[in-house]
Amino acid sequence: MPDESPLLAAMDSRATVGTITVPDPIFACRDVDVFYGDKHAIRKVGIDIAKNQVLAMIGPSGCGKSTFLRCLNRMNDTIAGARVEGQILLDGKDIHDRKQDVVQLRARVGMVFQKPNPFPKSIYENVAYGPRIHGLAGDRVELDEIVNHSLQRAGLWDEVKDRLQQPGTSLSGGQQQRLCIARTIAINPEVILMDEPCSALDPIATARIEDLMEELRQSYAIVIVTHSMQQAARVSQRTAYFHLGDLIEVGETDRIFTNPRHKLTEDYITGRFG
Amino acid sequence: MSNTNNPRRTAAETQAIVARSLKRRYWAERRFRLYGLAAVCAGMAFLFYLFFVIFSNGLGAFRQTQLRLAIHFDPAVIAPDGNRDIDALRAADYQALIRAALKSRFPAVEGRAASRELSRLVSGSAAFDLQQRVIGDPGVIGTVEDLWVLASDAVDLLKKGHIDRGIPEDERPLSDAQLSWVEQLEADGALALKFNTTFLTGGDSREPEKAGIRGAVVGSFLTLMLTLLLSFPLGVATAIYLEEFAVRNRWTDIIEVNINNLAAVPSIVFGLLGLAVFIGFFGLPRSAPLVGALVLTLLTLPTIIIASRAALKAVPPSIREAALGMGASRIQMVAHHVLPLAMPGMLTGTIIGMARALGESAPLLMIGMVAFIVDIPTGFTDAATALPVQIFLWSDSPERGFMEKTSGAIIVLLAFLVVMNTAAVILRKRFERRW
Repeated sequence: MPDESPLLAAMDSRATVGTITVPDPIFACRDVDVFYGDKHAIRKVGIDIAKNQVLAMIGPSGCGKSTFLRCLNRMNDTIAGARVEGQILLDGKDIHDRKQDVVQLRARVGMVFQKPNPFPKSIYENVAYGPRIHGLAGDRVELDEIVNHSLQRAGLWDEVKDRLQQPGTSLSGGQQQRLCIARTIAINPEVILMDEPCSALDPIATARIEDLMEELRQSYAIVIVTHSMQQAARVSQRTAYFHLGDLIEVGETDRIFTNPRHKLTEDYITGRFG
Repeated sequence: MSNTNNPRRTAAETQAIVARSLKRRYWAERRFRLYGLAAVCAGMAFLFYLFFVIFSNGLGAFRQTQLRLAIHFDPAVIAPDGNRDIDALRAADYQALIRAALKSRFPAVEGRAASRELSRLVSGSAAFDLQQRVIGDPGVIGTVEDLWVLASDAVDLLKKGHIDRGIPEDERPLSDAQLSWVEQLEADGALALKFNTTFLTGGDSREPEKAGIRGAVVGSFLTLMLTLLLSFPLGVATAIYLEEFAVRNRWTDIIEVNINNLAAVPSIVFGLLGLAVFIGFFGLPRSAPLVGALVLTLLTLPTIIIASRAALKAVPPSIREAALGMGASRIQMVAHHVLPLAMPGMLTGTIIGMARALGESAPLLMIGMVAFIVDIPTGFTDAATALPVQIFLWSDSPERGFMEKTSGAIIVLLAFLVVMNTAAVILRKRFERRW
């Protein structure tokens, strides 16, 4: 296979190294450019996202990994002056197509943010909100079931089952982040985007979230942006390395961390910069 | 030599310099605190003085001097021809009843001039009160009742100690004879200060003893209700649109600048606008709470919009992202998450705007709410006046008796403000949520 060549790509090359395609992808992105006003935030990014896998996106601050993540559920639409070009196919359909409703897209592609951001409502209401606005539950019993099930899958049920009516903000940071995950899976998305979900958490809370991701990937495709290379190595099956707006290298996580093929990737994972 | 960054000083020398500057720094801090304390004390002192003056002047307005007279509801005067229908009762000469009662109280008084002086002890409106009494219950005709009737303005002033008995008779509002009658009445316990219900239940009057603020209170209430109904939804909706939905471009910038400028436009200009547009162009009635409310809405809108936008800006963006990330539409995001969090700030802004509207008189002068209106308004298109305008009118009246009415009306206005601000605090507390 040509991309298994041991040679390091040239330092000044910005073409993506490695295999960007996967069989039967959920997302297929080609030539994605993002501009914030005049700033060209990411350039010609092309990558596939596989089902039932965790894709980790790593790279130094400002490299565009979060920007790319936010393209996938069109959260960049909410930023004034942001412009996205290129093709992003979700199950073969362009998410920028005029027929694609953005509300529906976000119901299919859930998102967990860097800072836990539960709504200032009760724990129950936090999880019930999504099903309620999308009309997923026919009656109160069904809604209770969804909330119960989502909290269990997020590994939070045992901790909160006696205080569902307390505010979500009264939980600890790690619990809040799991509440946000429960809230996201309550609307049964196909993809979960996670933007540095553990950067505000302590190691124990982080370990719980990582266990959770391993479990959730049985049902969902997960894309995680992280600053921790150890985390990327632990949780992901594929890794993408971004550098100053370019997607430098994509590959199996084991391969990237043991045998990087671009000089920039190697420098980053060996801690020479970033 | 040393490990400090400055090679010319040892650590001990550096510490000595720091210690010297410490003293100066602490002194500067203490001085600033003293300035602050002194300013607060001075402010409080003036505030207390203001309250003292208003209350010492104004509390008198809530009490009015009354005379006790034995009124004989003489059928020969009220219904000489035996006709007791309402028009006849209304047309009867009740002044004669009072004259007769005074005459029997002071039988020694002889002659037209003296009798006229005597009847001047009683307010001109006492006859009206008797008329109301008889119309309300024609059964009193023919009986004799001990009634408390309103004393005249001059007697009231004397009773409250505002007339100096030492000044010459021709410069005094009361003659020597009148003084002696008042003294006799007082000695009998037939002259007393009573709670002045008329002040709270009556409309405006040319006679200070008869003037009440109910008309102004109702006028202010109608005007403010309508102002609130118009300006709160409009202001909040404008703020939400500009903050959450409108694209940022040159037009929205211009709108924003103009809203900020409008907040600084003198209120009388809004009055002129109201006169020209609402009365001149749309032909709405003059002096009406409807027009007052429209003008005050224009006046308070900038305040409410600015406060509401600030409240919206203070909602953390993470809440918006969370809602949008869940697939909420923009209007759902606003209605379910942003608005509840911004509500306390919006309410505060609204109450500040309302308080300003309540105290506003200049624009109301322009649209005719300054007219002398005796009737209490019953609807939004009735002629009415407002509390601050009433205060202005009374403060301008030559009669000495209106002085305490002015202060009394100010007390009522202040009471309204206190109630509104308390309501604001309670609403704020109720809506406030932590995140």
